[in-house]
Formats: sequence, C-alpha cells, structure tokens
Amino acid sequence: MDIWNILEYVAWALSAMFGALMLMNLIRIDTTYDNELLASSREGEIEVTAERHQI
Amino acid sequence: MANVTATAPATERLQLLRVLGPAHIWALGVGIVLVGEYMGWNFSVGKGGMIAGLAACWVAGLLYTCVAMIDSEVTSTIAAAGGQYAQAKHIVGPLMAFNVGLFLVMAYTMLEAANAITVGYLLDTVAGMMGHTGLNQKPFIILSIMFLAWLNFRGVLATLTFNLVITAIAFLAIIALFVSVQLGASAVAMDFSAITTAPLPYGWIGIVAALHFGLWYYLGIEGTCQAAEEVRSPARSLPYGTMAGIMTLLIAATMTWYVCSGLLPWEYLGQAGTPLFDAARVTGNTGLMVLLFVGTMFSTLASANGCINDASRAWFSMGRDRYLPSWFGAVHPVYRTPYRSIVFLVPIALIFALGAPLDQVVTFSILSGLLGYTFMTFNMVMFRRKWPLETIKRGYVHPLHPLPTIVLLTLCAAAYFAVFLGYGTQLSAMMCFYIVASLWFHFRRYRFVRRGDQFTMPWPKPQGY
Repeated sequence: MDIWNILEYVAWALSAMFGALMLMNLIRIDTTYDNELLASSREGEIEVTAERHQI
Repeated sequence: MANVTATAPATERLQLLRVLGPAHIWALGVGIVLVGEYMGWNFSVGKGGMIAGLAACWVAGLLYTCVAMIDSEVTSTIAAAGGQYAQAKHIVGPLMAFNVGLFLVMAYTMLEAANAITVGYLLDTVAGMMGHTGLNQKPFIILSIMFLAWLNFRGVLATLTFNLVITAIAFLAIIALFVSVQLGASAVAMDFSAITTAPLPYGWIGIVAALHFGLWYYLGIEGTCQAAEEVRSPARSLPYGTMAGIMTLLIAATMTWYVCSGLLPWEYLGQAGTPLFDAARVTGNTGLMVLLFVGTMFSTLASANGCINDASRAWFSMGRDRYLPSWFGAVHPVYRTPYRSIVFLVPIALIFALGAPLDQVVTFSILSGLLGYTFMTFNMVMFRRKWPLETIKRGYVHPLHPLPTIVLLTLCAAAYFAVFLGYGTQLSAMMCFYIVASLWFHFRRYRFVRRGDQFTMPWPKPQGY
C-alpha cells in the first residue's frame, strides 16, 4: 500500500465527515428552530430599510 | 459617526449576511471562470487553428464584456439573491424567471461537477507521474464537492475569502508564466510560425466552430450578481467587482493564448487536457511547473466553490418565492447561509460528477449559460423601456445602449450555431428539458406562488402600465 492508497482512504473518511457534519447540523437546526423563523427571509429588505447617517 | 436604521422590521427575520465587498465579488466571478484559462479554451485551437483560437478569445471577450456591462446595470438596481432570476421576475415575468432560475442552477451545478471530475483527473495525472497507476478518482471527486459544500454551509465570508486567496494565486501563476517566458526562463523558444504556415486549417468555418470553446475563457462571470444580497453596498460593489473581473479575464485569456500558442504546437494544443500546465512543463523550469500545477488545482477548486455558492443562491431564491417548495427558502440561524439548498444540491452534483462524461457535463453547462445570456438581451431592452434612466436610480449605467445588447444577441446566435455544429443533439435535448419544466411550472407549480409578494423593489409603475 503506497501513499496514494492511503490518500484514497483519507479522502473517503474526510468526505464522510464533511457530509455527516452538514447533515447533523441541518437536522439539529431544523429540530431546534421554528420553520417559520428559518424561512422568514424576504427579498428586498435593504431597499425598504432607509438608512440615516448621523455625524 | 452613528449609523441608525430608521425603520426596523416588525418581526424577527433571518436574512443572508451582508459582509462582502468588491474584492469578494471579483473573487466569485473570476474564481468561477479562471479554470477556463487552465483548460478547455484550447479546444478552440483544435477546431480552427491558432488564429481561430485568438479570434474566439476576443469575440467571446466582446460577448462577455456586453454581459458584464448589462448585468452590472440591472444588478446594481435589483440587489437580490438569485441574480438574473430576480431580474427576470421583476422585468419579464414568472415563467421567464422560473426558466432563468433553472438555467442558473443547471449551469453552475454542471460546472461544479465538471470541476470535481477535473480534480480527480489532475490527481490521477500526478499519481501517474509519481509511478502510481490506477488511482481511484472517486474519493477525491466526492471530497472536493463535500469539503466545498461544507465551507459554503458554514458561511459566505469564509467561503469567498478562501476563493479570493486561491483565485489570486491562480491568476498570479498565469502572469508569472508569461513574465518568465518573456524574460527567457523557457528552455524552448516561442514559435508562432503556424500563424503563417497554417493560418486557418479548416477555413473560416473553423472560426465559428472555435467560438463554442472560446466561451470557456469567461463562462460564469455573470455569477457575481448572485451575491447581491450579501454585499455591503450592492450598487457600488457589484459593478466594481464585475467590471474588474472581466478586465482580469481579458488579460488572463490573452496571456494564456499567447504563452500556450507560442510554446506548444497547435495540433497538440488543440487536444491538450491541461494546456497551461503543459506549457510550463515545456519550459523545463521546475518552479514554473509546480506553480502552474498549483494554479490549475486552485482554479478548479475556486470554480467549484463559486458554483456551489451561486447555484444554492438561485435555488434558495426560487424556494423563497415558492417557485419551488418553500422548504428551500430557509436561512441558517447561525451561519446565515441558504443551508438547505446547499445540502440538497450536493447529491445532484455528485450524480453528474460520478456518472456523466466531462464533455457532456460541460456542454450542458455552456448551453444553460448561453440561454441565460440570450435572456439578458431582451431583459435589458425591457428594463430600459419600462424604467427609463430618469425613473429609477441605478448604481451603474452602461454606455451605448442598445449597441451592447445587439452585439450580445448577434454573438449568442453565432455561439448557438457553433454549439449546434458539435453538439446538436444535446442542444435539442436541453431545449426539450426546459420546455417540459416550463409546462410543469405553468400547470402545476405556479398556483403555489404568492403573486403579490414577488415584486419587491420599491420602483414606480413601469411606463406603459
């Protein structure tokens, strides 16, 4: 077994790890927060929010 | 100086995070595209010779300059995630918006898959050079998609700062090769004799055929506007980042053609897998070889990274407007990213990366992009007609309207013909796919869309309505 075979196993392991991290976080967030809040984003917020600069 | 928000939202809302500046926009646009300098563009030389390759480089450059100018004007006014999708929704109508959204997601997801395939191929090449045969590319293809998706999942600032660094290194690698060759670092002299001995080996039709691959030099620069909802100052950052991006690419494309055409015979260049890396190998300079290999890897990763960012924003926007199930319109409460869209698109990218041949994947990406550019032409005309310059404030006004639009439409027609010459079946299949998807949207999906909520820009009534 040379370095490339080892790298193949490392790549498999890292892929599984990143996939698992994303999935676990997704499930945790979806079960912790209300879906209404998660899907509350609205387009064009910056346009309807007027900014006033005071010196 | 205090910065006070005059009207706060009545209820708590999760929005994408506004943290990006013009440099991130540059990194997003150039990052997606620069891989086209490292590979793919050279098939234009194979289609029509060296002169055809240069003509394709500059004609496609003109096409994309028009794209960048048109896009900058519209996007500096419609600062919303989804980019051209949001433009179509406001300016043309829902069916066009749905199609443009699909063009974007398909173009970027296919390009992401193509980049992952390329990572596997590059590592296989290196393994082969080190004496290891039969490398299993799959784990590396999957890892590149998984890692970049995870990075995108965790936050847009880290994602695009990472893109800024690796894109800058990849761009500097091209400049380093050009300067080194000019200073005599190459063991082989530059040779452009093929320009006179075989100027147009396949005649004038070769120039038209070459145009298909000339698009690779710049394909994806329009992706800058997907970050519209995450930049601190959209009206300033988007035009700056996009225009700086197209200028960078025009310089990089011309340098790439010059160095590769001078160092490699055109017959070899026309079918090379990694032309810039091969040109560096021909110089016999180990430092340049390593640098250009790093540049090739970084440009590939930067492209995949930007594609994940853009495809997920387009998918997210469509979910938020209920063009797709609203589940996709969610924002992560901590990282402020469209996390469900990012995760959902991962298996789709993996299916294409592991199950489809590279040329087919790239052709579908190019065709979807081309359909998007065609939309931009009449979108621009409608935008100026419905909202003339004096009616709404624009962050950037592109010059000589409607000349860029006419040039873009003409070049798109030429590019369709060029694609039809080589990939007529795929072009027809793609059109059928979008027609079927449009029928589904019209008859099954549009009933779920909240029609009154779609128009979000505080603009006056369009002229003529």
